Amino acid sequence: MAQATGIKEIIKPENLVYKKTKLMTDNVLSYCPGCGHGTSHRIIAEVIDEEGLQSESIGICPVGCSVLLYNFMDIDWQEAAHGRAPAVATGIKRLMPEKFVFTYQGDGDLAAIGTAETIHSCNRGENILIVFINNGIYGMTGGQMAPTTLPGMKSSTSPYGRDVAMMGNPLKMTDIVATLPGTYYVTRQSVHTPANVKKTKKAIRKAVQYQKLNKGTCFVEIVSNCPSNWKMTPVQSNKWLEENMLPYYPLGDMKIPEDQPA
Amino acid sequence: MEKELRLMKGNEAVAEAAIRAGADGYFGYPITPQSEILEYLMVAKPYEKTGMVVLQAESELAAINMVYGGAGCGKKVMTTSSSPGISLKQEGISYIAGAELPCLIVNVVRGGPGLGTIQPAQSDYFQATKGGGHGDYHLIVLAPASVQEMADFVDLGFELAFKYRNPAMILSDGAIGQMMEKVWLSPQKERSKTVPEWATTGKPPTRERNIITSLDLDPYAQEVFNQKLIEKYNKIREKEVRYEEFQCEDAEYLFVAYGTSARVCQKSVQLAREQGIKAGLLRPITLFPFPTKKINELADKVKMILSVEMSAGQMVEDVLLSVNGKVPVYHFGRMGGIIPAPDEVVENLKSKITGG
Repeated sequence: MAQATGIKEIIKPENLVYKKTKLMTDNVLSYCPGCGHGTSHRIIAEVIDEEGLQSESIGICPVGCSVLLYNFMDIDWQEAAHGRAPAVATGIKRLMPEKFVFTYQGDGDLAAIGTAETIHSCNRGENILIVFINNGIYGMTGGQMAPTTLPGMKSSTSPYGRDVAMMGNPLKMTDIVATLPGTYYVTRQSVHTPANVKKTKKAIRKAVQYQKLNKGTCFVEIVSNCPSNWKMTPVQSNKWLEENMLPYYPLGDMKIPEDQPA
Repeated sequence: MEKELRLMKGNEAVAEAAIRAGADGYFGYPITPQSEILEYLMVAKPYEKTGMVVLQAESELAAINMVYGGAGCGKKVMTTSSSPGISLKQEGISYIAGAELPCLIVNVVRGGPGLGTIQPAQSDYFQATKGGGHGDYHLIVLAPASVQEMADFVDLGFELAFKYRNPAMILSDGAIGQMMEKVWLSPQKERSKTVPEWATTGKPPTRERNIITSLDLDPYAQEVFNQKLIEKYNKIREKEVRYEEFQCEDAEYLFVAYGTSARVCQKSVQLAREQGIKAGLLRPITLFPFPTKKINELADKVKMILSVEMSAGQMVEDVLLSVNGKVPVYHFGRMGGIIPAPDEVVENLKSKITGG
């Protein structure tokens, strides 16, 4: 009895430090335990909610693990063909310039099959947000080599490790789009520690706010993990991410608006 | 507001008709023989007058996916291309059909396969009428035979696309796209302010979220959806067949031809009749839905049917299915960008009559 009273003392509203985000639906996430997608979804949902943009938002889902993203966030969605999300977003934004339009894409979607759509949308300076989840592998199809797979990194289609002489080096798409005059804000973040989750949320919030200015494309890369296809526990995968992914994909802003306070 | 008479290329007529139809957006990529459409729109700057968006995409893939995005917002959007470009668009067209979105696609056909020629052909009939991309679906396919119909079918195509939430295609060719004729243009329509209930325009608190997708991982649910599409296509087959008859009343020999070939065959009917051969022409205006029933009825009255196409023989398969063995059906076609001459068609008919 004493314990029960204790819990009642604790669960008072003023003691609440964490709750389900309003814009996340009750549908069960389709992701593997420990995957960074869930955290990334939550960050975006929180920002849209906090910015009061639910009725203004149209998201575009990719083909990949997050193909069912429209089941998880309570806003309007369009499901794009593989790699074509930035073109779909272009169509939407051009026809409804007053709306907040964003894509959510994995590395295969954005940096392989959708390379042209990504680069040209950024080059035109489409006033959209592109969220780029980079976990260095094709997750949904079962762990094949991605354009972002690290040199020597094993996958089901690079079983002896990525041979750069045969397959080239990992493509740093974020670095590329940062060079284009059409982009306004380009940053690389991660969700592998609580501190990084906070930084990522800050970056997403900035990007969402910058959208209203119509000054060009905002591009946020989130370096993430894939415990299942990396064949690691979630904790191991986050450690591996820090030790292997981050040296190749260093975190931080790559392009910050000159006309904005730092 | 009265109609306005102009002398225009077929391609220009499509562009002007799109503006006047109150289109919300056009997304295209240059390819011969239809680049005048994008060029005309860029000169006309409709975004300053009606607010219609015009954008040159980086590829046909991007253009059709911009159309997908706009269509998903309930907007009146379109793209145009020619055969190789339409092949590239097929992925997007399949997704648009799968997501049940309305849009207008114009194919100004050139000869193929591959890069082929830039001259007119009708060799994309299968692609246009049987789906074109992957999966079980159909487009509503309109076949103009004049610059006037190039203009008129823009409005009709949008109307049917929205009526059935299905992509519509104008299947033209390089001849109709490039030739100049007089055309009566409809007065300017206002852009629609109506937002379809399914459109993704941002979720207000008053409704559930809208999702535009063609994905269903549950095979049973996917089959139910496939059945729904079949029902829609059957309704279109029932309600939307359009064709034109030319001297069919007493015809003993029937040409079936669409678009440019139908214009040729109209002359062939006259030439044949001058030689004592009672020829007639049935011109399908909709290729999907195909005038199956009408052709079957005509097969009761004629001795033979000749399907005349600028292809190796594609529509002839639908003619054969329509006739269902009642009378002999033959095909005559020129390919590679060649338009058959009217007397050439008559000679072919005569050889079929005498040769059996």
